Amino acid sequence: MDVKSNLKTAYSQQEGNSTHLASFQTENWKTFSGMGIPALKHEEWKYIPVKNIFKDEMNIAIESSNLEDTIIKKSILPGTEEANTIVFFNGRFQADHSIIHEKDALVVKSLETAAGDEDALFVEEHLGHSQAYHPDGVNALNGAFASGGAFIKLKKGKSLLQPLIIYHFSDSSNGFRFSQPRILASIEANAQITIVETYINIGGGESFTNEVIEICTGRDSITRYIKLQNEGKHSNHTGTTHVRQLERSNTHAVTITLDGAIVRNNLNMVMEDEHAESHMYGLYLLNGNTIADNHTIVDNRMPHCESNELYKGIMDDQSTGVFNGKIFVRKDSQKTNAYQSNKNILIGDQASANTKPQLEIFADDVKCSHGCTIGKLDEDALFYLRARGISEKNAKALLLQAFASDILGQIEHEAIKNYIEQLISERLSFQA
Amino acid sequence: MLKIENLQARIEEKEILRGINLDIKPGEVHAIMGPNGSGKSTLASVLAGREDYEVTGGSVDFLGKDLLELSPEDRAKEGLFLAFQYPVEIPGVSTTNFMKTALNEKRKYHGLDPLDAAQFLKLMKEKMKLVQIDQALLSRSLNEGFSGGEKKRNEIFQMAMLEPKLAILDETDSGLDIDALRIVANGVNQLRSKDNSFLVVTHYQRLLEYIVPDYVHVLYKGRIVKSGTKDLALELEERGYDFIKEEVDQAIA
Repeated sequence: MDVKSNLKTAYSQQEGNSTHLASFQTENWKTFSGMGIPALKHEEWKYIPVKNIFKDEMNIAIESSNLEDTIIKKSILPGTEEANTIVFFNGRFQADHSIIHEKDALVVKSLETAAGDEDALFVEEHLGHSQAYHPDGVNALNGAFASGGAFIKLKKGKSLLQPLIIYHFSDSSNGFRFSQPRILASIEANAQITIVETYINIGGGESFTNEVIEICTGRDSITRYIKLQNEGKHSNHTGTTHVRQLERSNTHAVTITLDGAIVRNNLNMVMEDEHAESHMYGLYLLNGNTIADNHTIVDNRMPHCESNELYKGIMDDQSTGVFNGKIFVRKDSQKTNAYQSNKNILIGDQASANTKPQLEIFADDVKCSHGCTIGKLDEDALFYLRARGISEKNAKALLLQAFASDILGQIEHEAIKNYIEQLISERLSFQA
Repeated sequence: MLKIENLQARIEEKEILRGINLDIKPGEVHAIMGPNGSGKSTLASVLAGREDYEVTGGSVDFLGKDLLELSPEDRAKEGLFLAFQYPVEIPGVSTTNFMKTALNEKRKYHGLDPLDAAQFLKLMKEKMKLVQIDQALLSRSLNEGFSGGEKKRNEIFQMAMLEPKLAILDETDSGLDIDALRIVANGVNQLRSKDNSFLVVTHYQRLLEYIVPDYVHVLYKGRIVKSGTKDLALELEERGYDFIKEEVDQAIA
């Protein structure tokens, strides 16, 4: 069977329900059927051969989980043993494996449940909001499988003591695994949360995760979001993190990409009220044939909003780093401050970087800036370190770690920061 | 210690060193003086292993090893140190972290165990006093936002930490006010011993009032054209470089 019939079978395999979710899925399936998978000529997918990921042998079927606790335990990020955890298996939310310690503050349930209980209105209003920013078959295909998703609610005025870590497991032991996790989160007024997402390919085969997470943030809430990608060379990823800053809220996102085959991250910040604040940081440290593409959107729809953005890339071997940063400042969004910077270092002779700032400004009283650089390691700095007796390899590692340090410094959670620093140090084979 | 024979080097197509001969014995301090563009800094860079320069002839023996065959890091590990004329600013790398890496790599090279945090800190404190450098400065990014004097003091601090056998000071006096110059010179003098040597590259005699050399050499057009004792430096101070240029240019003509 080919990919399309496989997808169709899996789509109709989902159990029907009478909520908004059912019609949402139907609409998305229609959209997907109409649009298909974007080709390279699609401007938004210019550097990502996403069509190549969709192979006939892809295993799309919805299977019940055989996930073992030992595997989950092994994958827990060091130093986060006390954290609240959500587990997805092959793209589907696993309530049984998810552990919420702070139950008085945090509600986690299946999206299907939420679509039929007191949160139904919220689901109806916000689910699928990202589609307006990504009107393509990839987003729609995820929507068509939303029944396996999760719903997260952090209650008004609550601050989580521990982060909420979402583990996405893909089981590729029976062949190329396709997973489509869907998450809708509501961070209510004056609440504070750290959400971490990370991805684990078990089985060592090929995998493809196509994810959409939509987060709505309420008045004076603070949301910290970390996306860590270190899945391995056989893992493909297309993911959208879509944040609606509904009211005056503060969002801080850090996206770290250390490995993967073809990786596409969309990060959207939609500023829907005055004085909303967004911080977006990214680090992509690539080698081999990895292609990693970060597309970000800041949509300033109201006055007095502020956004800061810094993405840094280090490309070794034949890897490719792509950055596209859109900033929209709508007509009424006076007094917007929006800053964007993208810096790249090419290490490998065959490595490449593509960077494209895209600012569309329709208000006249704003401060916006953007800048991008692509370069090599500073030869003078390298010689200086070597002249003190530091080997060339360690000198390079020191300089690259220094380059990455201001992104890692943005991760507030010490244990997670240390863990990522260690991953990077090992990758650069720094020998103390 | 260091024996340079007929050393020639160029950058791109330009010949800069045209046959340098120099013999430095343990415990000696040699000064290299000369007008701008004579090749002083090139000599320092070639000895430290900067790859921008191509060595086209001659040999350099350092403690029985062929120096020119060694990588810059191995030269440093063997005991060569260059105090840079323009120390590089490296954002994100603290002097402390940098020195710890350098020192422990050197120790490993010589088969010694790395220093632990406490031992390293103790050593650092001791050496900091020598150049009156502040702990806060060393915790900051390497040389970033340092004043000229702070950068030069940091060079001498690094030298003190690494305890080289031969230290090359490349115009360490340039841009220093008299107080900073005294501190730097004092740091150097405390490190002088019968076992280690210095090669002081300078344009002015001023530094040599504080770091008194055993020998002074004048470099001109890529050759050492005159050698003498510290009195030669005084003579140069009084008469300028013109008399030497004339002598040399006449001899060639």
